[in-house]
Amino acid sequence: MTIDLKTVKHISKLARISLDEKKAEKLATDMNSIFEFIEKLNELNTDKVEPLTSIAETTLRFRNDKITSENIREKILKNSPEKNDDFFVVPKVVE
Amino acid sequence: MSEITSLTLYELIKNIKEKKISSNEAVKSFVYRAEKSKKINVYVTENFENCLKLSKEFDDKPNFDLKLPGIPIAVKDLFCTNEVRTTAGSNILNNFVPTYESTVTQNIWNEGGILLGKLNCDEFAMGSSNETSFFGNVQNPIAEDLVPGGSSGGSSAALAANLTPVTIGTDTGGSIRQPASFTGTVGLKPTYGSCSRYGIVAFASSLDQAGPMSKDVKDSSILLEVISSFDKKDSTSIDFKRNNYSSELTRNIKGLKIGIPKEYRVDGMPDEIEKLWKKGIEYAKDCGAEIIDISLPHTSYALPTYYIVAPAEASSNLARYDGVKYGLRSPGKNLIDMYEKTRSDGFGEEVKRRVMIGTYVLSSGYYDAYYLKAQKVRQLIKQDFDQAYNKVDAILTPSTPSSAFKIGEKSNDPVSMYLNDIFTVPVNLAGLPGISIPAGVDKNNYPLGLQIIGKPFDEQTVLNIAYSMEEKINYKNNITDWWMK
Repeated sequence: MTIDLKTVKHISKLARISLDEKKAEKLATDMNSIFEFIEKLNELNTDKVEPLTSIAETTLRFRNDKITSENIREKILKNSPEKNDDFFVVPKVVE
Repeated sequence: MSEITSLTLYELIKNIKEKKISSNEAVKSFVYRAEKSKKINVYVTENFENCLKLSKEFDDKPNFDLKLPGIPIAVKDLFCTNEVRTTAGSNILNNFVPTYESTVTQNIWNEGGILLGKLNCDEFAMGSSNETSFFGNVQNPIAEDLVPGGSSGGSSAALAANLTPVTIGTDTGGSIRQPASFTGTVGLKPTYGSCSRYGIVAFASSLDQAGPMSKDVKDSSILLEVISSFDKKDSTSIDFKRNNYSSELTRNIKGLKIGIPKEYRVDGMPDEIEKLWKKGIEYAKDCGAEIIDISLPHTSYALPTYYIVAPAEASSNLARYDGVKYGLRSPGKNLIDMYEKTRSDGFGEEVKRRVMIGTYVLSSGYYDAYYLKAQKVRQLIKQDFDQAYNKVDAILTPSTPSSAFKIGEKSNDPVSMYLNDIFTVPVNLAGLPGISIPAGVDKNNYPLGLQIIGKPFDEQTVLNIAYSMEEKINYKNNITDWWMK
């Protein structure tokens, strides 16, 4: 199978990565060579195989819903690209 | 000064405990050498001033009962360090300052270690040559214009160049073992669940594992003892009885059964690697091990499986980089436009490629054909190892299919770059411990490594085999400090 330019552009929308025409073409070429390599898996019949979802056979542990960090609001907000008092600022979402 | 930096961790600890060297003297030596080693570009962020200050504090009130008393250590810039910039080698995290500490680094500071600085790596640990880092290439101290391996390339180079006594890396498909192999150093990837993933910038959560990198096997055992811990903050951390790896380290491996998997003899593998492997088998026999031929029939499916599973998990993990709460933001005309521009400007080519692959294999209509299929094949790969371990205690293979290559040599061909991890990836897919130790050189005098793979949670046997083989191999790096001239 081949991944065409239209598919690459659709995937880039889903992945929220803007691409110009040249980059999209390069990605299509790269992805095709990678998927050619991945297609090897189709040689195997896996109908009766259980998928391995996690190597660590653990069940999720419960913990008390308790605050463990001290007051770090200032430090966290310092990392934000744009803030207004105690809020993160984003472009207008609702008109 | 230079003698301090060339000591092993074990020797440095001994000298500090015997008060022959102070912590502050040690830090000064490493800082002095780092100032003259800018050319190899190992540091993304230096923590020298703070390290000097903390070492003085240690010397004023020393505690020699600690496992790493006043030892300066530089770490891969994938570990979040409280109030010290953490970039993961990416432009998108260029200005990110964590408000918390990774468990693995916290364990090191709790035992007296002091942060020297943050080491360069491939962007989000995606790469095998350190060339995908936003902060530039790292030079392999072995020779000019040679890659140090990746993704823990800054770590392996810093170690080989005597810029840190030991270091820690992370290994998702070979990112500790391959750079160790390329630089003539030792790198251990522990069993999945041994070392907490809390505070490590996530790449592929079902594969990522932190581990020690060092100049010799004993040092890796000391560091593993410090960093391996059960951690409630990591839901996949496993509560098992951890050894005192360094005190239980022994060269007595008589009667251990070591498997040689025939499928690792891959097409086009250079003669040198084949020879190295044969030599390794002889060394293992000399150490008293019994050699047994085994089969891991699904080996050739490991890389294609990895290149579905890892990008799929990466595309989910990297969805958090949206330019809102932290990291880079590129302005856009609306929220979606801002996301798309931010991620386009913030991620490098390899990261974009993998996020795209991951998004594709998880997208509607393709999930079963790719992601589910890969998880099933992953089961078969794990079963191969389970069956082999009914017959053997450990497995011996080459670490990489070649020695270090030139900067730029493979950067335009993603698949040829991926093939570097052919011997290391199956170990991550099966969650096993694996170590790479230097075992010889190729025709250019570049180091080559051998890999020892163990049973789950049996790091001790892996270390013991490596420790006894290391003595027979007696490898010495011949590094000329060319970058200082």
